[in-house]
Amino acid sequence: MKLLNYTTTYFSGILLVLISIWAVVFYYAMFDEIYDSIDDGLDNRKMVLIARATKDPNLMQKPQLDEYLYTIEKVDFKNYRGFKDTYNDTLMYMINEEDYEPVRMLESVFKLNNEYYKIKVATSMVEEDDQIQNLLKYTVLLYAALVISILFLNNFFLRKVWKPFYNLMAQLKTFRLEKKQSITYTPTKIEEFTLLNNSIEKLLQKTQESYEGQKQFIENASHELQTPLAIAINKLEILFEENELTENQAEQLQQALENLERLKRLNRSLLLISKIENDQFQEKETLDLKSLIEEINADFSEMASHKNVLLHFSAEDKVFKNMNPDLAYMLFSNLIKNAISHGNSGTDILMELAEKKFSISNFSDSDSLEKEPVFERFQKFNGSKNSTGLGLSISKSISEKYGYALNYSYKNGQHIFTLNFI
Amino acid sequence: MKILIVEDEPQMLENMAKTLKAEAYIVESAASFKEASQRIGVYDYDCILLDIGLPDGNGLELLKTIKDKGLEDGVIIVSAKDSLDDKLQGLDLGADDYLPKPFHMAELRARVKAVLRRRNFEGQNELQIGNVSINTSNRTLFIEKEEVDLNRKEYDVLLYLASNKDRLVNKTALAEHVWGDNIDQADSFDFIYSQIKNLRKKLETHKADIEIKAVYGIGYKLQNK
Repeated sequence: MKLLNYTTTYFSGILLVLISIWAVVFYYAMFDEIYDSIDDGLDNRKMVLIARATKDPNLMQKPQLDEYLYTIEKVDFKNYRGFKDTYNDTLMYMINEEDYEPVRMLESVFKLNNEYYKIKVATSMVEEDDQIQNLLKYTVLLYAALVISILFLNNFFLRKVWKPFYNLMAQLKTFRLEKKQSITYTPTKIEEFTLLNNSIEKLLQKTQESYEGQKQFIENASHELQTPLAIAINKLEILFEENELTENQAEQLQQALENLERLKRLNRSLLLISKIENDQFQEKETLDLKSLIEEINADFSEMASHKNVLLHFSAEDKVFKNMNPDLAYMLFSNLIKNAISHGNSGTDILMELAEKKFSISNFSDSDSLEKEPVFERFQKFNGSKNSTGLGLSISKSISEKYGYALNYSYKNGQHIFTLNFI
Repeated sequence: MKILIVEDEPQMLENMAKTLKAEAYIVESAASFKEASQRIGVYDYDCILLDIGLPDGNGLELLKTIKDKGLEDGVIIVSAKDSLDDKLQGLDLGADDYLPKPFHMAELRARVKAVLRRRNFEGQNELQIGNVSINTSNRTLFIEKEEVDLNRKEYDVLLYLASNKDRLVNKTALAEHVWGDNIDQADSFDFIYSQIKNLRKKLETHKADIEIKAVYGIGYKLQNK
């Protein structure tokens, strides 16, 4: 749920409670004020009537409320003494409304010429139920107006305010460290967003620096290792050439040499990966993939026949891709080499090339590697001790560089690598 | 044959010098850009091995000087950078070959010999051992003036071993030369054996003066019978 909607929901809830309370309070306050005003009016009329009654004794005996809405009656002293003015709500038939409507009535007493009188004055009242209905109607209207204004605010004003945030998020979503992307920060007056922008800018800068540093380190380290490795290998080779070794010595030295060679290959692969990731293979040309793969198959034919696997290659003509020739060779040769070294003796290796994809499969005893990180560096399966564990990782890096998708799948004992060109 | 090695790493220089001296070449060396340009200015060489990553200058500048002066010296660029740029630039400037570090001694010997052959026989690229003659221009083999059919890899193996005659060539070095650097991890390179077997058969049936000997399962050596 978006923060905007979330707060809006809360606001609506709180407003509902607040406005209901406000409506009740307002109702009572308003009625209090109305009664006060009506009562004042009644009191005033009472005094006017008493003053008139003093001059006109005919008025002194008026038991019916009739159209003048008052009565005067003579009462005993005991009814007079201690009588307090009372204001009451009562009902009266109204001709216009054709119904009993509420009226306010003042009852009071007064003394005139040693006689005691009781006076009742009435006036029509606001209709309470009508009033409540009105109040409810206008409260609901107010509530709706408030909620609509909040929604309006959110959608137009707040959305504008939150723009730098959403802009940043949209960029972070597609951000990839290895692509050296830069993020544009929307300038904003809001302190929190400025803080967020600055923090993310700093964080990304540091991450990028350490990522670059790490890549550079691998490249420098493997570069620095090359010379001592070359010297060591060459010294051993010279020793062999001097023809003065016993067979046992030669065997020991050969093992040392083989390990140095392995180190050399490992180092070369690391250097290659960092070169790919550092984008040092810029040159591109249009390559005929069919003849490239045929060439690689020819290079590997001895290895394949030694392993007793058969290479089958079927291809559509004219599959041309714009790639760096060295990288293309490495991409396909690593996949083919991988299939040959893991394929069971006496089985076939099937390769298919089409405009949209290349696939290669081999049969092997090992179970599906679908759950294994086959493209991770230094992953070795089936104990291939001469492998650097970097071949597939290199292929993956190269395919990613060209935006191709390299995937592994397993079906009926067949390990399949598929390279999708789109 | 006079060879100049321009290399700032002393042990690397020592290895290269030792290997080439064993081939009875006169080997001189220069450990810096300055020293190298002095030597090039004074002496003629049949082949110069040029490390381009020198501490006091870029070896490619030396190559330019050599070519500007119209010197005939063959030049092999040696580089630890293994970058395509260096390679293309070097070859554009007229270098004869490009050898990325690290390399095998057998590879060095083969490359130097190839350059010397091209320089000294002017198209007459022939390697003659007894009754065996390898023509490197047409990639053909003649034994007793009779042409012997070889496939591409058999030819490559034979030429490489012949360039390293009487030297033990390690299987790794041979595989990397013939099948390329990408051939690593290939189950200890046993597949080379079938190529050697075919080659031996062909040499034997044509009564060649040379033979290919396996040495302790480490590698092979081509020698006179």
